[in-house]
Amino acid sequence: MARPHRPLPSLSRRRVLALGGVGALGASLAACGDNTGRGGSSSPEGAGSSAGGRPQIAQWYHQYGEAGTQEAVERYAADYEPADVTVSWKPGDYDQSTAASLLTDSGPDVFEYGNGPTIDMIRGEQVADLTDLFGDTLDDFTPSLVERMTYDGKVWAVPQVVDTQVLVYRRSLLEQAGIEPPQQISELVEAARELTRDDVKGLFLGNDGGAGLLGGPMLWAAGLDYLDGEQVGFDSAGAPEALAVLRTLWTDETVLLGQAKDWFDPEALTSGRAAMQWTGLWTFPVIAEALGDDFGVIPWPAMEGGSPSVPVGAYGSCVSTRASDVQAAKDFVRWLWIEQTDKQLDFATAYGFHLPSRTSLVPEAEVLASGPAADAAGYVTEHGHAQTPLLWTPQSATAWSDMMNRIVRDGADPQAELDALVPIVEAELERVTG
Amino acid sequence: MLARLRGRQDVNLWFWVFVGPFFAGLVLFIYVPIGWSVYLSFFEAYNTVTPTEFVGLANYRDMLTDQAFRDSLLTFVVFAAFIVPTTFALSLLTALLVARTRVMQAFFRSVFFLPVACSYVVGALVWKMSIFSGMSSGAANALLGLAGVSPIPWLSITDPPWYWLVIVSARLWLQVGFYMILFLAALQRVPVNLYEAAAIDGAEGWQVFRHITWPQLLPASTAVLLLLLINAFQAFDEFYNILAGFSGYPPYARPPLVYLYYTALGSGQNFGDGSAGAVILTVLIAAVALAQTRVLRLGGRD
Repeated sequence: MARPHRPLPSLSRRRVLALGGVGALGASLAACGDNTGRGGSSSPEGAGSSAGGRPQIAQWYHQYGEAGTQEAVERYAADYEPADVTVSWKPGDYDQSTAASLLTDSGPDVFEYGNGPTIDMIRGEQVADLTDLFGDTLDDFTPSLVERMTYDGKVWAVPQVVDTQVLVYRRSLLEQAGIEPPQQISELVEAARELTRDDVKGLFLGNDGGAGLLGGPMLWAAGLDYLDGEQVGFDSAGAPEALAVLRTLWTDETVLLGQAKDWFDPEALTSGRAAMQWTGLWTFPVIAEALGDDFGVIPWPAMEGGSPSVPVGAYGSCVSTRASDVQAAKDFVRWLWIEQTDKQLDFATAYGFHLPSRTSLVPEAEVLASGPAADAAGYVTEHGHAQTPLLWTPQSATAWSDMMNRIVRDGADPQAELDALVPIVEAELERVTG
Repeated sequence: MLARLRGRQDVNLWFWVFVGPFFAGLVLFIYVPIGWSVYLSFFEAYNTVTPTEFVGLANYRDMLTDQAFRDSLLTFVVFAAFIVPTTFALSLLTALLVARTRVMQAFFRSVFFLPVACSYVVGALVWKMSIFSGMSSGAANALLGLAGVSPIPWLSITDPPWYWLVIVSARLWLQVGFYMILFLAALQRVPVNLYEAAAIDGAEGWQVFRHITWPQLLPASTAVLLLLLINAFQAFDEFYNILAGFSGYPPYARPPLVYLYYTALGSGQNFGDGSAGAVILTVLIAAVALAQTRVLRLGGRD
């Protein structure tokens, strides 16, 4: 997704939360012919062909921006007794290069992928069924993510750490204006108006006015969804009205635009250019440093008939069916991402600011125990929706994103736009499930 | 027999020693991929370059009925109709001015040519982040601020479509110098005695340009026009780096190549449709280029 501009390394982790895989694309196929990380004559350790019969596992990660992450995953791998695990840290365009390498013999055995494997990988039998790894721990994982990584009754990935997006507001600015944090969309629209002053805008939803990020939350607010099982989920009277709200905010001129740092950076909020901002959980340490406790967090509000929501995303650990030893690779995934809870907690909170995907671990993390971070963690369990469903293909996502831009930025008629979108999404559903 | 194959003084052998590697590279990295792409365009090829499901012309039908792809083609026909003459006129004008300058000619030549050495990506980012940043601190907004105009989010709003101003100005800055150099080279090849003869006949100013310079520049102009046209349809770098964001590329000012990039190389990896689109685009460029050469050649005959 995210990938056009060369993404700054420090942003790369957030790409998992960028919209449905249509964002940044880099040099694809970059990994062709790369060192695969599998043990072999070229491996730095010279593991060679004779490792005393221990299985060799090549594990791939994208390049996380946070310092210390790479050393951490290498440490975890070194701790694993039953096999030799070689970690490959893949800079650049991870999603594309990994997808391409799965078609070859030089791909990984274990790899992470944004929100789990794609439907094409699952149906192409490129990834292994991991259902039996979970045992009775399945209920402990963030439900929206397990659902996202499940297809055909089988779970295809183990969620690693959770990221989410929330609405952050400046307590002091709301108090000055005598406004309560909005619970309903109508209150949000009103609050944005009230909070807009000379050089302060009420709301920052990204430089596209929320067209890229808030289409889904608006559907959820109206009690709808992208998809309803294997059907279109937004073909209903509430949808045009819900999407039109974003246009209202745009024409009210209560949304902040044209920021040098887009929604994934809290600068608009901390500099005082916006009173409320839609942003990611990862910004909380920076916000806290700048504003102390002058900020609070709420989910995206609801409309009548719907409920509040936060989008949730996670890299999922997957096993390639071309792995040299599929069972050994699965055992490793179970060990690291299901059993080793201390490592999961370390990975989630020691380097960046994320949630462990096992909900029972959240209270154990000191930084998540109180304040806005604890609120956000609660919203993930209570109001979390996977950003986009598994069957929401890149083609559907592109058509959706085009539509949102036309509605929000150009003022196109939402009803006509949605009507035009339905056949495109239906054709894609037919293709992937047919 | 062997001696005959090798030719006089091994001329054939040496021919292949020198040409062979380049020829092999050309075949391997240009012609094979082109052929492969055409092959893929007749198959359903998701996530694979060795597809098995032949679908005939279905991919072409998909792409031609795809409103977004048609829009991008249309946008770029219009874009080409604007940017080709503009770049052409500006580079010709710059070349004429630089050629006439008697002071610091080398300096001006370098100054106008320098942007060509700048990466499109870097240029695009400077335009996006510094000059046309939507913040009040951006160069353009700071200037407007002096006149009391409030900051304009150049790349956020679509009405008026300021993003075209950003893209077109970036593109002109990046490209004009290159075509200026082509024109300068052509200008220097115009025989001086033609100008002398014209001067004796009393021609000056516009007459000299119209009857001497312009006809003499015709071959260079044809080449420049063709290059500009192909370049317009192949637009990618500056558009991508200026307009693409976290949630993808907006549905306006979207070059066909950017659209195909998301189709074929995005996480969809839809190589069938992507290849079909690429073939359509190639045919379109070839058709326009052929038409243009035909028209210009007719013009050149009289």
